[in-house]
Amino acid sequence: MGKVTGFKEFERKLPTKDAPQERLKNYKEFVHSFSEEELNTQAARCMNCGIPFCHSGCPLGNVIPEFNDAVYDGKWEDAFEILSSTNNFPEFTGRICPAPCESACVLGINRSPVAIEEIEKHIAEIAYQKGFAKAKPVTLKTGKAVAVIGAGPAGLAAAAQLIKVGHEVTVYERDDKPGGLLRYGIPDFKLEKWVIDRRVELMKQEGVIFKCNAEVGVNVPAEELKSFDAVVLTGGSTIPRNLNIPGRELNGVHFAMEFLKQQNKRVGESTYQEEDILATGKNVLVIGGGDTGSDCVGTSNRQDAKTVAQFELMPKPPGQRTETMPWPLYPMLLKTTSSHEEGCERFWSISTKAFIGDDKGNLKGALIVDLAWETDTMGRPVKFAEVPGSEREIPCELALLAMGFLHPQHEGLLKQLGVELDARGNVNAKEGNYKTTVDNVFVAGDMRRGQSLVVWAISEGRECAKKVDEYLMGASTLESKDSIAEYA
Amino acid sequence: MTVEDMEEQGLYRSDFEHDACGVGFVAHLKGLKSHRQVQDALTMLENMEHRGACGCDEESGDGAGIMIQIPHEFLWEECSKLDIMLGEPGYYGVGMTFLPKDKVLNEKCIDLIKDAARQLNLNFLGIRNVPVTPDGVGVTALSAEPFIIQFFLERPKGIRNTADFDRKLFVLRRLLVKKVKEELPEVNEQFYIPSLSSTTVIYKGQLTTYQVRSYFSDLSDERVMSAFGLVHSRFSTNTFPSWKLAQPFRVVAHNGEINTLTGNLNRFYAGLRSISSPYFSDEELEILLPVVDPGLSDSASLDNVVELLLHSGRSLPHVMLMLVPEAWDGNSSMDPLRKAFYEYHATIMEPWDGPAALCFTNGSTIGAMLDRNGLRPLRYAVTNDDRVVVASEAGALPIDEQTIIKKGRQQPGKIFLVDMEKGEILSDADIKHELASKQPYGDWLEQYKINIKDLADPRVTFTYLSKESVFKYQQTFGYSREDVEGILIPMALDGKEPIGSMGTDVPLAVLSEHPQHLSSYFKQYFAQVTNPPIDPIRERLVMSLSTFIGNSGNILDEDKMHCHCVALEHPIVTSRDLEKLRSIDTGIFQAKTLQTYFKADGRSGSLEDGLARLCRYAEDAVRDGFEVLILSDRAIDSQHAAIPSLLAVSAVHHHLIKTGYRGAVGLVVEAGDVWEVHHFACLLAFGATAINPYMALASIRTLKEEGVIDTTLTWPELSKNYVKAICGGLLKIFSKMGISTLQSYNGAQIFEVLGIHKDVVDKYFCGAVSRIGGLGLDDIAREVLSKHHRGFNSEKKTSLLPEGGLYQWRRRGEAHLFNPSTVHLLQQACRTGDYDVYKQYASHINNQKERMYTLRGLFDFAKHRSPISIEEVEPAENIMKRFATGAMSFGSISHEAHSTLAIAMNRIGGKSNTGEGGEDEMRYKVLPNGDSMRSAIKQIASARFGVTSHYLTQADELQIKMAQGAKPGEGGQLPGHKVDEWIARVRHATPGVGLISPPPHHDIYSIEDLKQLIFDLKNANREARINVKLVSKAGVGTIAAGVAKAHADVILIAGYDGGTGASPISSIKHAGLPWELGLAEAQQTLVKNQLRSRVVLQTDGQLKTGRDLAIAALLGAEEWGVATAALVAGGCIMMRKCHLNTCPVGVATQDPELRKLFTGKPEDIVYLFRFLAEELREIMASLGFKTINDMVGRTQFLKVREDINHWKVNKLDLSGILYAPQNPSGKSLYQTESQDHGMDMILDWGMLKQAGKALEGRTPVFGTFHVKNTDRTIGTLLSNEVSKIYGSEGLPDNTINFKFIGSAGQSFGAFAAKGLSFELAGEANDYVGKGLSGAQLSIYPVGDSQLVPHENIIIGNVALYGATSGHLFVCGQAGERFAVRNSGATTVVEGVGDHGCEYMTGGRALILGETGRNFAAGMSGGIAWVYDINGTFKDRCNLEMVDLDPLDAEDETQITNLLKRHINLTNSTSATNILSNWKNERSLFIKVFPKEYKRVLQAKLVEA
Repeated sequence: MGKVTGFKEFERKLPTKDAPQERLKNYKEFVHSFSEEELNTQAARCMNCGIPFCHSGCPLGNVIPEFNDAVYDGKWEDAFEILSSTNNFPEFTGRICPAPCESACVLGINRSPVAIEEIEKHIAEIAYQKGFAKAKPVTLKTGKAVAVIGAGPAGLAAAAQLIKVGHEVTVYERDDKPGGLLRYGIPDFKLEKWVIDRRVELMKQEGVIFKCNAEVGVNVPAEELKSFDAVVLTGGSTIPRNLNIPGRELNGVHFAMEFLKQQNKRVGESTYQEEDILATGKNVLVIGGGDTGSDCVGTSNRQDAKTVAQFELMPKPPGQRTETMPWPLYPMLLKTTSSHEEGCERFWSISTKAFIGDDKGNLKGALIVDLAWETDTMGRPVKFAEVPGSEREIPCELALLAMGFLHPQHEGLLKQLGVELDARGNVNAKEGNYKTTVDNVFVAGDMRRGQSLVVWAISEGRECAKKVDEYLMGASTLESKDSIAEYA
Repeated sequence: MTVEDMEEQGLYRSDFEHDACGVGFVAHLKGLKSHRQVQDALTMLENMEHRGACGCDEESGDGAGIMIQIPHEFLWEECSKLDIMLGEPGYYGVGMTFLPKDKVLNEKCIDLIKDAARQLNLNFLGIRNVPVTPDGVGVTALSAEPFIIQFFLERPKGIRNTADFDRKLFVLRRLLVKKVKEELPEVNEQFYIPSLSSTTVIYKGQLTTYQVRSYFSDLSDERVMSAFGLVHSRFSTNTFPSWKLAQPFRVVAHNGEINTLTGNLNRFYAGLRSISSPYFSDEELEILLPVVDPGLSDSASLDNVVELLLHSGRSLPHVMLMLVPEAWDGNSSMDPLRKAFYEYHATIMEPWDGPAALCFTNGSTIGAMLDRNGLRPLRYAVTNDDRVVVASEAGALPIDEQTIIKKGRQQPGKIFLVDMEKGEILSDADIKHELASKQPYGDWLEQYKINIKDLADPRVTFTYLSKESVFKYQQTFGYSREDVEGILIPMALDGKEPIGSMGTDVPLAVLSEHPQHLSSYFKQYFAQVTNPPIDPIRERLVMSLSTFIGNSGNILDEDKMHCHCVALEHPIVTSRDLEKLRSIDTGIFQAKTLQTYFKADGRSGSLEDGLARLCRYAEDAVRDGFEVLILSDRAIDSQHAAIPSLLAVSAVHHHLIKTGYRGAVGLVVEAGDVWEVHHFACLLAFGATAINPYMALASIRTLKEEGVIDTTLTWPELSKNYVKAICGGLLKIFSKMGISTLQSYNGAQIFEVLGIHKDVVDKYFCGAVSRIGGLGLDDIAREVLSKHHRGFNSEKKTSLLPEGGLYQWRRRGEAHLFNPSTVHLLQQACRTGDYDVYKQYASHINNQKERMYTLRGLFDFAKHRSPISIEEVEPAENIMKRFATGAMSFGSISHEAHSTLAIAMNRIGGKSNTGEGGEDEMRYKVLPNGDSMRSAIKQIASARFGVTSHYLTQADELQIKMAQGAKPGEGGQLPGHKVDEWIARVRHATPGVGLISPPPHHDIYSIEDLKQLIFDLKNANREARINVKLVSKAGVGTIAAGVAKAHADVILIAGYDGGTGASPISSIKHAGLPWELGLAEAQQTLVKNQLRSRVVLQTDGQLKTGRDLAIAALLGAEEWGVATAALVAGGCIMMRKCHLNTCPVGVATQDPELRKLFTGKPEDIVYLFRFLAEELREIMASLGFKTINDMVGRTQFLKVREDINHWKVNKLDLSGILYAPQNPSGKSLYQTESQDHGMDMILDWGMLKQAGKALEGRTPVFGTFHVKNTDRTIGTLLSNEVSKIYGSEGLPDNTINFKFIGSAGQSFGAFAAKGLSFELAGEANDYVGKGLSGAQLSIYPVGDSQLVPHENIIIGNVALYGATSGHLFVCGQAGERFAVRNSGATTVVEGVGDHGCEYMTGGRALILGETGRNFAAGMSGGIAWVYDINGTFKDRCNLEMVDLDPLDAEDETQITNLLKRHINLTNSTSATNILSNWKNERSLFIKVFPKEYKRVLQAKLVEA
């Protein structure tokens, strides 16, 4: 398999990108493709481990050594088939996954890990180019109908799986197009929307019915769901965490998602009712140091903001693994995203105490303070205190709150269905089971597990689909990440 | 206690027993009877006492006996006193008989004998009670002592010769066996007739060799005269008293074992339906059947078959050559006449295969022979007063050297016969020529043998499978991606079975959630201790894959139609050849195809119905006259699933055996579920004659057509490679059991079934061992259907096969105990010293509720009392002293990893193990911080790398590796590119030259050999414990008992699943058993046998947690080995790439760049062992044990878990493992006594005294000693003293100069250190100069000997085995395997047997005479020069690894110097003649130059 000594001979490389000044001119993806030769070289680094920790680290259970090997041998169709056997949407995860597989890669113990995510993306794109990625409609129908509520990654994955075993699948989406966060959360410069359209088109060819602008419990009565044999709730975790400090109500203080969604709609030429939120010419303050924050940074720069600052409450993370986060765990390291490369001042151990407005109620600044963190014996931050005398005011006309999400929206659908919620406000169902307290209603993705990665959403959608199939048919021939299909 | 009492309790089975022995005879060439022959034979027997054994009770032997001619004068007089009137010699028969002591039963038996005699019209003359003197016989033996009588029968008038009379007596004996069984079943075990003959009588019993003479006073009576005495001393692994198992038997005395007994017997029974003979009436035949009674020992069974064949008209040598043929297949230089004889007989009788030295007689002819491998010693001498002495050891009967006119050793496959009537010795060549000329065997073969390539093209062409069908069938038969990528493709590309590393940690088949291949429930047997495995590569010449399909006919008859069958070179049939076979029609020879399917309805009984139908059809087909049955699973569909081919073939095989038709047909399997070597081996072992793996071949074709295999090779070439890989793999599987030929392997069933219900086994795999129950037929069907439905599911969702995950972890694949979580948690725990993290790790391993992996996972602790506080439990420091790390060599793992383990173990007082690669002396020095890198355990493995006197001296424990878990029964190979300067130095090898480890220890072919090696090692370091490492398998308990009797101090029972080195992947998974079974069996057998308190029991094999240790302790282990977990603690992440040298964390690699990446610290390892001990202590506290000793063997503290609810696992019966045997002696269940190594009286003590000055001040000393064959291991203890003081440097040459006169026992000069200079005037037995470490040995005949040295044997087999330095000069010939694995000694010898200089890696060998066959096999280094006076050498040399070159100037100098020295030391006339005529003689020398070695030397020359 692969090249036995590849890991000793070759270094990890990632594809080149457009220079920041170039890519800031538009919302297009800016990462170039590998040459076939480079791709082969990168795949050759895979050691085909006895215990492939990558395969374990991947929430989907992608069989990474095997697709690396197929890529090394130039067997694209095999590579795509292996990848598709665990992942319905490698073209999404190949672009936007934080790649826990790479953190778990054995090469990472003392070298740099295999460029798994890039290889994955290339497998998917080459599959589309060469025509392997195509609709595979099934002829044998079960006569069972399933409704999937929410066309985000979890819903799409569940639908894609359920249609494979011959169920009739209808996906309800409250927005105008399917994709959920993929479409309206993630900016185009990371995931262009034709990538989603291309996939949705295949799913439609396979028979999935998409009903957009259809919010069950609002403009579609929950009653309608009664005609289905099973319902899968995949509405996501949509209620953002708020920052309840003085001045929150000022014009110019927004949730990140309001800002990002509007821009995505603008690019995608969809309409929206809300007032424009634009960073153009403004001092932008992004509160929250995660990926959404980063997306706000990149979008603000593209809108030609005057300055962009990003705040994080926690201290600056280390650049390398420490004892508390040994391989193969996913480490909390300092991460410099492509958006950071494009221009942004980053602050850690900092807290925003108040927003300051002008007399028209518009945001003009923020009152901030430095924090001092206490750590435990292992060096983990546990407690903070404000640094006396560090209070100061900074100018800002747009503040974007990117501090994560709390739980799904309870009003409407969930209340009408009467599903039980867990302590965190998510829909209650066990992992590996996905069944809510209401008969024939299942739940998957962020709506169940709370906010998480796209790759987790896909995984939940797939696993939930198997449970739904079992529920409907008594047994399921769908694969799961931990077991092969049973036919007994 | 009787044998029946002990049957099938716990894990012990009486069939597991083995014996090995000393054997020999003394005969008068002209048949002159004298009492002296009897006395001499008894003396010889006594001098082989050390080849026998005794059990717990020193006075109870394993059995000994003597066969002599009927002492007519003596009996006539004795009987007269009893009013019994005997006739002339030959006119009466004597029945030596064991009867019960009970008076009533005794009389019943006698009545029975009389009845039976009457029935056969034989006149009963009377009974004589045989006088016995039981004084001194041990209690165990006495507990089963029989009442011994002789009864006498008159020869009826109508019978004209002794042969006919003896035939009649043979029928009578068989009749008696039957009558006793039917009419007196209560005495079945106690009634036995050692001999019933008109010519010979046997005195034997469960005695030691010394007791035979005193027990039977008859033997000391001067009137007891015989022309010969044939004796046998038994060393058995058996545990219970048994008088009848003593030898000799009626015709043969056998030192060896028949590995293929089940197959031989089944085939024998299978032929009985067609049996007929002019020598027996039908009624008599009816009485004789089944000829061999079940439950006899292998030797006894062989004897029974020999008797039958002998009485039905064949001569004694004819019978022996039929049953134990020499290696003929592939021997191109064999006389065609002889070859035809063997080939003809191969069509009716397969070899009874296994190491064998056989002595046999019919009363007037007496002879001896060795099997094809010659793995048992047999030496002979002929004197000028017409006496012939044959014995396992030279010098066993002291004879005046002056009278000896010929000395020799029996050679592999050769026979030797003394015709006492004609008064001549018949040579091997004469005997064979005469037999081969008796019938036109060659013409018969020419006319009737069918060669498949000569057959017409098939009537129909084979079914072509499309790509889609191939995929469907692959799914149906359970192929995984690993099977395709990891097995099929490598085999098709390279023609070899792929290699893997790091053992296996997946669940047993019966515990797996994944549907299994049926053969995964079958575990391969392998040879260990009682017989050696063979090297299928270097000793290919003795092996054969040829087979015959068709009717095997009436074995009592010589019919030309016997050979009218299809001859195959190997059992793998291509699809095209199968079609030829299907359409074969010679007029009297046709084939029938039977479909092996069952209804895929999932109903109970469907599979059973399918099998019943198949058996019915098969029987009908045989009745209808078909010669070949093809069992095909091609015709399956969605409603009809394939019967697993293994089940189908075994069911038909056994059904036909039961109905008596099996002998009439060949069974050919056409199956889709056959692709890896193990599958083939199972089929062949359970009855298949030939196999067509059509799916594997079609898969390879598709892979090639689809471009998945990227190669320029064509499909036929790939298929050929695949078949080659299978054939190579099969040879390896046979050879690991010590079996040489496919014919013998066929039907031999040498597997243990693990996880199939007894009902299924008894019905369809009759006779196979299955001890823990398991799946029924419906469960097997369920597993089949799960795969079947995958293939026949109507909607195709994927073109991917399942991942597999057996060899590498896969999330959706098979579960592994070492997986991402456990590896991570263990490393985290050991790096941070966090016991809580360790406990998380341990709970992942220990909690097998959700998923089961191991047998121990199915156990729970049974709490019989309240817990104690943990403070009361002995401290972890004590417990840690009981830990050892596994045997991993420096070479397999890096210096960094190896020394880290050693330091850690030394810190905790445990023991690390060198593995088989020697040890760098720098590690003997203590480091400045007080740490030590010295490994306490020094391993002695088959290659003996770096095993010197000094190495042995530097040990606390010496471990003899009989087998290793990952590949029991196999050797290994370290390729040249891995042998760097350092490794080469430590292993005494040449950098860049590859190193081969032979499969067997060449000084251990039997249990008595092991006893000898233990004795050698004890001499080499008497402070060290001797540890014998065994691998768990059915019967390991009886082997352990034997090993305990051989005086091992420690016995290690290793699980099959361990192993860090590289192994063929089928061996990793399919050979050997989990340690739970082996350990429990060993404990039970040792306790029953009252041997447990004498040995320490240790276990290893994937031990990972304190719970594992606790269970091991309760099952009987007081010490534990941990290897894989220790490596993981040190940074191993289970790459399983050890064999590729690419370990990315620097553990299992020699790549300097990668070695730098090793980050493990001794502290990490110490944490692991501390955690293990702490967890164990917690368990001890909870069970109320204060010490480990209290805990050992207390199986009542274990129970089977009650919460198991699994359709497969619920059917297991684990009670055998938890069985606690009675402990009659009340001795401890752990080691409390030390072994008596019997070293008080050895010669070396005297030598030591004389060497005082040399040891103290290097002052030269001189001395002379008389020796005999019981003086063994001379100079080894002395060398140990030298090494203690002077280290590896030793003393200056010629400091200790001792002369010995006489016949030296085994291991003369073993591990003799530098400074010793020994000369031996006389002769020596096996293992001269074994492990020679710098000494000089010279051996020459005594001055008054009449023998021509270079024509006579003077030293035995396996001289210079593993020698590292020193000199050996031998004026005379040496036996087999001279200088095997020599890596540095220089030697001169005047002729050698087969396999000379095998595996040699260094040193110089000058051979001034003929060599045997297969010279230089596997020789990778050193140089041999051979004086090829007859020009035969080239044919006898194995040219695979060596070149034959002319001498260069440098060679000439070296040779002439050696000749001068040889003359000086031994006064050799041959050497003198050569040297005086050097100019002419030098051209007759051939230089044997290993290619690799030459290349390295030349490269060095260029560098310089």
